[in-house]
Amino acid sequence: MKTHEALPLSRRAFVKSTVAASGGLMLTLALPRADAALNPWTGDAAGTEISAWLTIDPNSQVTIRVAQSEMGEGVFTAMPMLVAEELDCDWSQVKAEYASANRSVRENGVYRRMGTGGSGAVRRSREYLQQAGASARERLKAAAAARWDVDVNTLRTDKGRVFHDASGRSAAYGVLAAEAAAITLAEEPAIRKAGEFKLLGTPLNRLDVPSKVDGSATFGIDVKVPGMVYAAYDACPVWGGALASLDPAPALAVKGVKQVIEVEDGFAVIADSYWQARKGLDALAPNWDLGEHANASSDAMRAEFKTDLDRRGVVAHEEGDAYANLESAETVIEADYDAPYLAHLAMEPVNCTVAIAEDRVDVWTGTQNPESILGAAAEILGRAPETIHVHNCFLGGGFGRRSMPDFARRALAIAKALGPTPVKVLWSREADTRTGHFRPLAALRFKAGFDASGKPVALLNRSATHSILAGFRPEVVQNGLDGSSTEGLENQPYDIAHVSIEHHLKRTPVPVWFWRSVGSSQNGFALEAFIDEMAEAAGQDPLAFRQGLLHKHPAMLNTLNMAAEKASWGRPMAPGTAQGIAIHESFGSICAQVAEVAVTRSGEVRVERVVTAIDCGNTVNPRTIAEQVESSVIYGLSAALWGRSDIENGQVVQQNFDRNRVVKMAEAPAIETHFSLSGGEHWGGIGEPALPPTAPAVVNAIYRITGRRIRALPIAQHDLRWG
Amino acid sequence: MITLTVNGKTHTIDVEPDTPLLWVLRDHLDLTGTKFGCGIAQCGACTVHLGGRPLRSCVTPVSAAAGQAITTIEGLAGDTLHAVQQAWIEHDVPQCGYCQSGQLMVAAHLVDNNANPSDADIDKAMINICRCGTYPRMRSALHRAAALARDAMADA
Repeated sequence: MKTHEALPLSRRAFVKSTVAASGGLMLTLALPRADAALNPWTGDAAGTEISAWLTIDPNSQVTIRVAQSEMGEGVFTAMPMLVAEELDCDWSQVKAEYASANRSVRENGVYRRMGTGGSGAVRRSREYLQQAGASARERLKAAAAARWDVDVNTLRTDKGRVFHDASGRSAAYGVLAAEAAAITLAEEPAIRKAGEFKLLGTPLNRLDVPSKVDGSATFGIDVKVPGMVYAAYDACPVWGGALASLDPAPALAVKGVKQVIEVEDGFAVIADSYWQARKGLDALAPNWDLGEHANASSDAMRAEFKTDLDRRGVVAHEEGDAYANLESAETVIEADYDAPYLAHLAMEPVNCTVAIAEDRVDVWTGTQNPESILGAAAEILGRAPETIHVHNCFLGGGFGRRSMPDFARRALAIAKALGPTPVKVLWSREADTRTGHFRPLAALRFKAGFDASGKPVALLNRSATHSILAGFRPEVVQNGLDGSSTEGLENQPYDIAHVSIEHHLKRTPVPVWFWRSVGSSQNGFALEAFIDEMAEAAGQDPLAFRQGLLHKHPAMLNTLNMAAEKASWGRPMAPGTAQGIAIHESFGSICAQVAEVAVTRSGEVRVERVVTAIDCGNTVNPRTIAEQVESSVIYGLSAALWGRSDIENGQVVQQNFDRNRVVKMAEAPAIETHFSLSGGEHWGGIGEPALPPTAPAVVNAIYRITGRRIRALPIAQHDLRWG
Repeated sequence: MITLTVNGKTHTIDVEPDTPLLWVLRDHLDLTGTKFGCGIAQCGACTVHLGGRPLRSCVTPVSAAAGQAITTIEGLAGDTLHAVQQAWIEHDVPQCGYCQSGQLMVAAHLVDNNANPSDADIDKAMINICRCGTYPRMRSALHRAAALARDAMADA
């Protein structure tokens, strides 16, 4: 690592003056705003800590710690609801704040699951959060029982008070909290089950919303630490490339620029303000060694993936003998599909603020995985994990982008070079995109055979998909199969006697990562579009064809039928408009959608309405579930219509919103959400499952208008003029 | 030195005149409600009001804003929240929330200048990007905000 220092203020002098000015005590007090109460990481809530999960103050305000990341999916409301369900507190007195990853490290993983992804927040933490609430409630009751010298079983709780009805006495939780905190229960109480809930299943407004309408919610980019400098960062535009040489003089000539630092695969410009740093960065003409991937092309990669489809792949799932039955089938249809690499494009460009002191390190950022950043800081800075404090902020969108600690690693390396001067590192939109990780490229082939009556007898599927896990967790890739590549295919739900689902695991220089709904985003598209092709070959209506093949899956059938019924499937549509239907199960939830689409004769597509039925088993907050359905449909629709990250000459072509068209208000369809809940003990995810059906429902509708099968995403690359 | 009037307060700031207004608000005045999204006036996360009209501050040199009234999300509310802020809360609009300051500045201007915006008016005015897809809720909240604003006028 090299550093270039601005004259006359040397780095040494600068560091010294910074330390002298701000001292060493700033870190725990480093709240950037007057309304610090709205900061998610505030911590140290007033009142008595009943357990790591909650505190109760003398006015009975309950602060519940959230160990998942708030990126719009509503965990700052849903997680507290799970605790409050059992606690019987007054919901209007509930506050949420982030749980501390540092504490979880120090206290043997007390916060359990701190990574947010896989639509897992509710289904992976529900039971222990309910347990935390129930346990606190019973301890408050035990405290009251001791105070009043009555049997605990004669007490009840409601809205933040313990009642002894026989004597007419009651006490607020705030009064009992200190005594409750000292009580240990002989045994943990049972938690409530579906059917016994008071709060769960109630539509509630989100706790974080008020702070998000007045500018007071703090995102990572908003953090300001006393004495902080700003850094603009950029990396080699080609993966695996490196900085060959850099003349820092043009940047150092910019007012406010202090230093240019070469770090890992790029460089950072350090200045008194972000714009000065950015101006300095833009003034530089780095000489990159583009490395061995300077000619990489996604067109060439796609062509290679498609060639692989001509060969048998590794069998991911097999029933009967698909090959023999395709051979003997009366009719066979075949189609190839593909979906491109795709950036996440969260609204907030990635950023990270780091302050390194002698005895502790503080990191502020919006992350889906604070523990991975804590680990990265310990590794990069050579510090004990117990001394690293990661302060999670609200995330300006996640979608998977913020579960990768790449940006924090760069920021930590820059901070290490700066020593004790706190630094905020901010990526430009373009740098965020090109240093990000992409939804994998995928190519898929389907072959279906039908008997003389039109009944499907065999289904062959081959996919060639860039593997996420082969690079990230190679130990879980068995026999060349990455489950995240074949999800939605290997578990295809249709009742066909002979099935072979095969896979080719692919890797290219393009970095890939989890993108909202992961493999299901491409696989759901391709499978459900092909099912419509099969329905046509069988001479059946797309709904009736699916119904006939889903009779062994009552939950899927129920959800499919609800979407069809709520959309009045088959209703007369105006010329140039049509309905399309699709269903997909992912992350423990089943989602069916009917898209109503218009295509003008000049080929312009407009999605007018999307009717959704969702079975996520049970609900915590039906309002945020509807919001997640709307969000998934629109995120999925942007991808379906226009989304592509092309690679040319080893570089991403679409880096900013001028070339990444996304759905705006005028293009947003009306979206309806209907619940087809199977209930019982089943809890499914909700952040992702409503995405996979959108693209196929739309392309299936487009076919009925234009006669054009769209087998490659995005839709915009196809000429859809008709009539 | 540049003199700026932001949310009714006057500030004199030592900053290069070509610095985008966005970064002066965020880094110099600590008004971080206004967000950086793209830097090329495509997404609208940086929208503020200049002389009462929505403006994308990421491409506006601070020198061009000197001497005019600037309103940011922090200054949108008066004694009470603006009708769009109230309606946004009622309709539970924000998800991640990052784009919402910019969305609200556009929405406020629409409602302040159109007592009863149609869906077409909303489509035309609301051209900022939201990656969470809060558009359907923003639309219903805008209709609600217009009704709240009309009620307030009738009461006045």
